[in-house]
Amino acid sequence: MQGITKRFGQVIANDNVSLEIRRGEILALLGENGSGKTTLMNMLSGIYAPDGGQIFIDGNEVTIRSPREAFDLGIGMIHQHFKLVDVLTAAENIILGLKEPGRLNLDAVAKRVREICEAYGFDVDPQQKIYNMSVSQKQTVEIVKVLYRGVDILILDEPTAVLTPQETDRLFAVLRNMKKDGKAVVIITHKLPEVMAVSDRVAVLRKGHNIGCVKTSETTQQELVNMMVGHATTLDISRAQPKNPQPRITVTDLTCVDKDGVKRLDKVSFVANSGEILGIAGIAGSGQRELLESIAGLCPVQSGSIVYTPEEGGEQNLLGMDPLAIKNAGIAMAFVPEDRLGMGLVGSMGMTGNMMLRSWREGKGPFVDRKHPQELAKQLWKLLEIATPGTEYPVRRLSGGNVQKILVGREIASSPSVLMMAYAVRGLDINTSYVIYDLLNEQKDKGVAVIYVGEDLDVLLELCDRILVLCGGQVSGIVDARTATREQVGLLMTQIRKEGEQHE
Amino acid sequence: MQQIISLLQSSIWFGTVILYGAMGEILTEKGGNLNLGVPGIMSLGAIGGLIGSFFYETRVEEPSAAICLLVTLLCALGLSLFGGLIYSFLTITLRANQNVTGLTLTIFGCGIANFYGSSLNTLAGGVGQISLPVTSAAFRAVLPGLKNTPILNTLGWLVYLSIAIAVILWYFLSRTRTGLNLRAVGENAATADAAGINVTRYKYLAICVGCAISGLGGLYYTMDYIKGTWTSGGSLEALGWLSVALVIFARWKPIHAIWGSYLFGVLNWLYFYFADLLGLVGISVTMTRSSQEIFKMLPYVVTILVLIFVSFRRKREDQPPAGLGLPYFREER
Amino acid sequence: MSEHSPMDSREPLLRIAKRDALPFWKNWAIRLAAVVLALLVCAVVVYATVKLSPLKVYAAMWSGAFGTVRRSWVTVRDAMLLLCVGIGLAPAFKMRFWNIGAEGQILIGGIVTAACMIYWGNSMPTSLLLVVMFLVSALAGAVWGFIPAFFRARWNTNETLFTLMMNYVAIQLTSFFVSKWEHPIGSNSVGIINIDTRAGWFPTLFGQQYALNVIIVLCLTLFVFFYLRSSKHGYEIAVVGESERTAQYIGLNVKTIVMRTMLLSGAICGVSGFIAVSGVSHTISTVTANGRGFTAIIVAWLAKFNAFVMVLISFLIVFLERGASEIASQFNLSEYAAKILTGIILFFIIGSEFFINYRIILRGRKEKKSSCSK
Repeated sequence: MQGITKRFGQVIANDNVSLEIRRGEILALLGENGSGKTTLMNMLSGIYAPDGGQIFIDGNEVTIRSPREAFDLGIGMIHQHFKLVDVLTAAENIILGLKEPGRLNLDAVAKRVREICEAYGFDVDPQQKIYNMSVSQKQTVEIVKVLYRGVDILILDEPTAVLTPQETDRLFAVLRNMKKDGKAVVIITHKLPEVMAVSDRVAVLRKGHNIGCVKTSETTQQELVNMMVGHATTLDISRAQPKNPQPRITVTDLTCVDKDGVKRLDKVSFVANSGEILGIAGIAGSGQRELLESIAGLCPVQSGSIVYTPEEGGEQNLLGMDPLAIKNAGIAMAFVPEDRLGMGLVGSMGMTGNMMLRSWREGKGPFVDRKHPQELAKQLWKLLEIATPGTEYPVRRLSGGNVQKILVGREIASSPSVLMMAYAVRGLDINTSYVIYDLLNEQKDKGVAVIYVGEDLDVLLELCDRILVLCGGQVSGIVDARTATREQVGLLMTQIRKEGEQHE
Repeated sequence: MQQIISLLQSSIWFGTVILYGAMGEILTEKGGNLNLGVPGIMSLGAIGGLIGSFFYETRVEEPSAAICLLVTLLCALGLSLFGGLIYSFLTITLRANQNVTGLTLTIFGCGIANFYGSSLNTLAGGVGQISLPVTSAAFRAVLPGLKNTPILNTLGWLVYLSIAIAVILWYFLSRTRTGLNLRAVGENAATADAAGINVTRYKYLAICVGCAISGLGGLYYTMDYIKGTWTSGGSLEALGWLSVALVIFARWKPIHAIWGSYLFGVLNWLYFYFADLLGLVGISVTMTRSSQEIFKMLPYVVTILVLIFVSFRRKREDQPPAGLGLPYFREER
Repeated sequence: MSEHSPMDSREPLLRIAKRDALPFWKNWAIRLAAVVLALLVCAVVVYATVKLSPLKVYAAMWSGAFGTVRRSWVTVRDAMLLLCVGIGLAPAFKMRFWNIGAEGQILIGGIVTAACMIYWGNSMPTSLLLVVMFLVSALAGAVWGFIPAFFRARWNTNETLFTLMMNYVAIQLTSFFVSKWEHPIGSNSVGIINIDTRAGWFPTLFGQQYALNVIIVLCLTLFVFFYLRSSKHGYEIAVVGESERTAQYIGLNVKTIVMRTMLLSGAICGVSGFIAVSGVSHTISTVTANGRGFTAIIVAWLAKFNAFVMVLISFLIVFLERGASEIASQFNLSEYAAKILTGIILFFIIGSEFFINYRIILRGRKEKKSSCSK
């Protein structure tokens, strides 16, 4: 790939990027979230068309206009969000879009799928419908799908984000096998240990530029971090001792069952104290979302209790309350959800409209007050240095970091007594992440009970006071973040997996 | 007995019109497009066939049945295809809203049909004066060997064609590669695209072929159902909407659409035979015109009940295609 | 790496990219261009089918719609009626609730209005009767709109298909009442209700027969405009329309809002039925709504739910219909010609939205803002 440029509106996602992918080699594409890794690979797999630059395969210049053309050239990509059709079976998904000769014979397909599975040690039932599958099963289907098509260049976009360590190891073994077959493998990631473990070469992207390409054997994690962020940063998150922690939210034996009857939370009990950051760790989908949403009154609870203890004493059971009831009970609860534009904000509205999400009920009479939200929007705009053309500019068009600043800013502006954040720094650059950490610490100083769901263990260990580890909807442990180690937490994250295998 | 036979006959005639419409719409919806222009498309098919046969049959001294069929079919298919092209160009290429485009297509199609229909009436010398004996007879030809079988001896070959198309459609959707790909497009266009399926081409083809099938329903209506005449007014339009209802009733399955269409026919004509039928078992009722009108509500009420029932059960296989009504743009973000 | 190398010829000829917001005037210039083009296409169609000079036809259309004071008032009357339905649909559509059932809601409103006129026409003064009919028709329309909304809220039943079916139930109900109230017997119509007493008819205000229609509809228009723009309810509707998850997140009860909004939407459509019966036709039949429920969807959608833009589009559509029916009588054509012309013009307007939201990049051209017109 040479001189590839891609713009989205005013945002330049890739600026003149050149990259070489070799056969029989695993290339790690490293970069922070939002550095343009996925966009670059999407152009290779035909999802986006580049605005400039050329692509050569085996020395011939090619134009990849669609995923089909990419497949014809032997390029297959496994996306972060699985591209599977829910109501179809695994086998049907695997042959989707293929132009094989002869009639459709799903039995023959199933046989070949089983062969591929045996060869690599996968476990897929070709007849199973996708909507009955767990995340890792879905990923397996995706990989089998690509293998079935016999690709030469395999691109994986953050494949390990949803996997347990064991599943990750298994995946890496498969990738090494493919390398031996002479295939080229590109793995997009931002996890350094994985890069060191599996790749032969590393290409680092930063803000849409290719910073450099090095041999994995000749580099160190530290050097890669330097390339990624531009300057060396150890995670130096400040952490003060909690001041006078008092129980604020007490959760006892909380159990949630989702629409399909699957237990999402199983007898979860813990206490969140004021003036303290409680971290929540776990593999994606272990019940983090359900936990936060049931406290916020968004998720129906089967049994258990959630008790709120205000500063001045007294007790209030939050169970069965919706967000409105919680607000009416005088509890200032702030919640920064995982899905920012789909839940926390309204994409088509400007900053003002989004500030109103929390304040529109205020004031008597049937009309809304736009003046105060607008002032708040202007304040935040300045305070958090949000890059937007104006307070009425649709927030959907802003970058992820700015969107998150707006959301967090609004939630904090309501002077909460409980602040819940899910994956607060996902997709943010380092600087914005630190802005968020500082805001969290500031809230902690004010005596707010902060609950922080994170995915990066290092951050959790350096930012939080205590860490609650969820595994398969159960609490597998609560540790002191000052003394715990990565290994300890990592172990807890996978501990109760045995009997909960069918759980997503 | 005679009443039951004529009820069944009328029901099959009636059902065949909406079966064609519904099959076209099933194909379209499986590709993820909700085409509310079915009534317009059926009207286009109807008037296309009528114009073709009218000019051929009145201009030629001794019209041949074969050419009548050919001309009529080509005109009907051509005009309904034209409607399908307008709809697909606007919704796929120009990404217009499907509901709005479909409704406009209904206005447009019904407008064209009624305009030219009344022009033909004028040319023929008045409403109901159009006479196409050769073409209409050719379309109403009964299959050989069935001349003496009750019920079947009144069914034209288009009835059997509709059943055949339904079976083919079922086979196509559930047993072929292309059908599988089309279902994927309708469920999740982005996924289908990533799998290398040309979403645009599939959607265009599904809509155009779907419209051609729906157009045959219009053709059956003019040539067989009302026997080669034309009346301006809303009756074909109402049948078009009933086709949309049938798609829901059949839960997007062509085989269910077959019996569903005849059931709709029975429900539709029940008012006419109800008193007689009850008379057979010894109950005497007189149907006033106003109570007949209530009876005519039945197909719609039943459809609503099915719709509620399906949403109530939440079975995945019974739901509308997940991508129904959503436009697809690859670079959307 | 050369920056200015000519693009590979295999790059697709056209590429499409989302456009940043266009300035206001450009939006309207594109739409205007679409209408002009549509009129040209219509002219060709007209000439090809009936061999009439398009200019003559358009002149006839103009005179049909605005040729005399009387005709202008009829145009205004019809535009107001269409507008009223559009106004009714706007809140539902803004909430992304596809209320295709306006046709039925109008008819139900019309039925109860006719019932009031028939049963209470002689026992109630017209002024009181008008108030009663207004309220009852609003209530009836609201109930009709509420039924699909309830099932949508409760079990997520597809509202597009549900409301569509409700139209036909309403049409059959209308037929039922027409045959019940048939007058004279055997005519299969209700006839002009209270033709002698004019009880329950809209009174003549300021010397104008249709002044009250205009007043009611404009009041409703203002109401809906401010309701959607500055009321708390309007804000809730906007949030629900954008994302139900967000609505739940801020503690909105989506089900309540869906049902409440459909009550309002149905009520206004019901009131249009009242205006249609009491203020326009003074009778009830299955064509009382005359497709307005469907046309109004297009009105509301094209106006992006802006009440004032709806006024404009309603006038455009009614102008076409009135004009076309004039040519129909003048040149002895079927009045369905109006529907064809309306269809063509709407196709063009619908298509023009694409050029407002997207831009086309020609091969070899880099990021230049290609101006596009259809």
